Amino acid sequence: MSIKIVDGLGFKECREYNLGVWQCPSFLFIVMGAINIASILTTYFIVQRYDSPELVIVSVSAISIFIFALGTSIIQGIQQMVTINSLRTEFVSIASHQLKAPLSGMRWSCDILCSPKTGPLNDKQREYLCDVQDNVARMLRLVNDLLDVTRIEAGKMAMDKQDVKLDKIAKDVINGLNSFAKANNTELFLDVQGEVRTVKTDSTRIKTVIENFIDNAIKYIGNKRGTVRILLEDKNGKIYCRVQDNGIGIPEADQKKIFDKFFRGKEIARKQTIGTGLGLYIAKAAIENSGGEIGFNSEEGKGSEFWFSLPAAESL
Amino acid sequence: MAKKILVVEDEATLQKALIEVLEQAEYEVASALDGERGWELAVEEKPDLILLDIILPKMDGFEVLRNLKGNPETAKIPIIILTNLSDLNDIQKALDLGANTYLVKADFHLEDVLRKIEQTLTN
Repeated sequence: MSIKIVDGLGFKECREYNLGVWQCPSFLFIVMGAINIASILTTYFIVQRYDSPELVIVSVSAISIFIFALGTSIIQGIQQMVTINSLRTEFVSIASHQLKAPLSGMRWSCDILCSPKTGPLNDKQREYLCDVQDNVARMLRLVNDLLDVTRIEAGKMAMDKQDVKLDKIAKDVINGLNSFAKANNTELFLDVQGEVRTVKTDSTRIKTVIENFIDNAIKYIGNKRGTVRILLEDKNGKIYCRVQDNGIGIPEADQKKIFDKFFRGKEIARKQTIGTGLGLYIAKAAIENSGGEIGFNSEEGKGSEFWFSLPAAESL
Repeated sequence: MAKKILVVEDEATLQKALIEVLEQAEYEVASALDGERGWELAVEEKPDLILLDIILPKMDGFEVLRNLKGNPETAKIPIIILTNLSDLNDIQKALDLGANTYLVKADFHLEDVLRKIEQTLTN
């Protein structure tokens, strides 16, 4: 309990940023508050006891100087935290950019090796080359996700907003994921309720969000026959997309953290090493950037529903 | 007659792969490893299309683009930006300066790049 209070005050951040006690803004604020109270009481005491305005002036000045010094310390501490944070973001951004060039080189070199115009490959060669391609694709996805995170943190997420038909995108996503679903003993159903109007958003991003929902539903289906229903409806001026599954559900302890950066369910982290825990974090930013809402309901052992809604682009 | 494409790309591996795939697709290819040489070659060779990187030594892609569009002899050559910069600002800047298409290298396979080249040439 006491640790929780301490964490809530922001001391944890100071430890994380490696700031000393006298540089830690949260601690200094408490000191400042204590001094304020003490000085008011002292001044009151002086006035009562000695009836000397000079003494009051001296006392108030001394206290002001002390508080000013503390204030300066606090500002320095905050500045230091901001600097460290932006350095960290910048580092990830630069590292990701630098990784893109060699990864593009690998991808393109494999493209040439795979091209029939370069010459025939035997099956083994082709198989291993495909493995290289898959791994390069995975690394590039990670790099792109990390770059997205740094942009989200800087408030500069790249969104190319256009009129988008969600039913068409959902169909594409389902077609792309059907074989993955079958391999996991799961069936995908699309259920479009009536006419669904267009929404204004980035089609690539929204495709990734739906892909992410369905991909998660399949991954967390458990050892049973899975059903994943993708429901689209136009309701109260908003277009809703819901992905409902009968999978393992989310333990209550995990539910709060589901949209956190780098969060991954314990069950899955134990079984699979693939996955970064960035998907839902980026999804949330993308949906909110388009003026929409995102959420989920889940019951452990019964299944989950992940949904988002976006405002309709055209009026009825 | 084979169409001529100018590749301005400073990364040797990427340049080699681009030249290879373009020659396989029976294009005539000219290439430069820096912006200044790219600009010179554009004027000398009058290619049918230019693949242009942004981060380049000596003269960056934006400046090459500005020069190309500012010169009546080269202003009409279609330009595909092929870079790994993916910030909206960079994309907007390149399109404002007159680039036809903006491709992020890491997001495309070579056959996609070829398809974009064909599309741009037929338009």
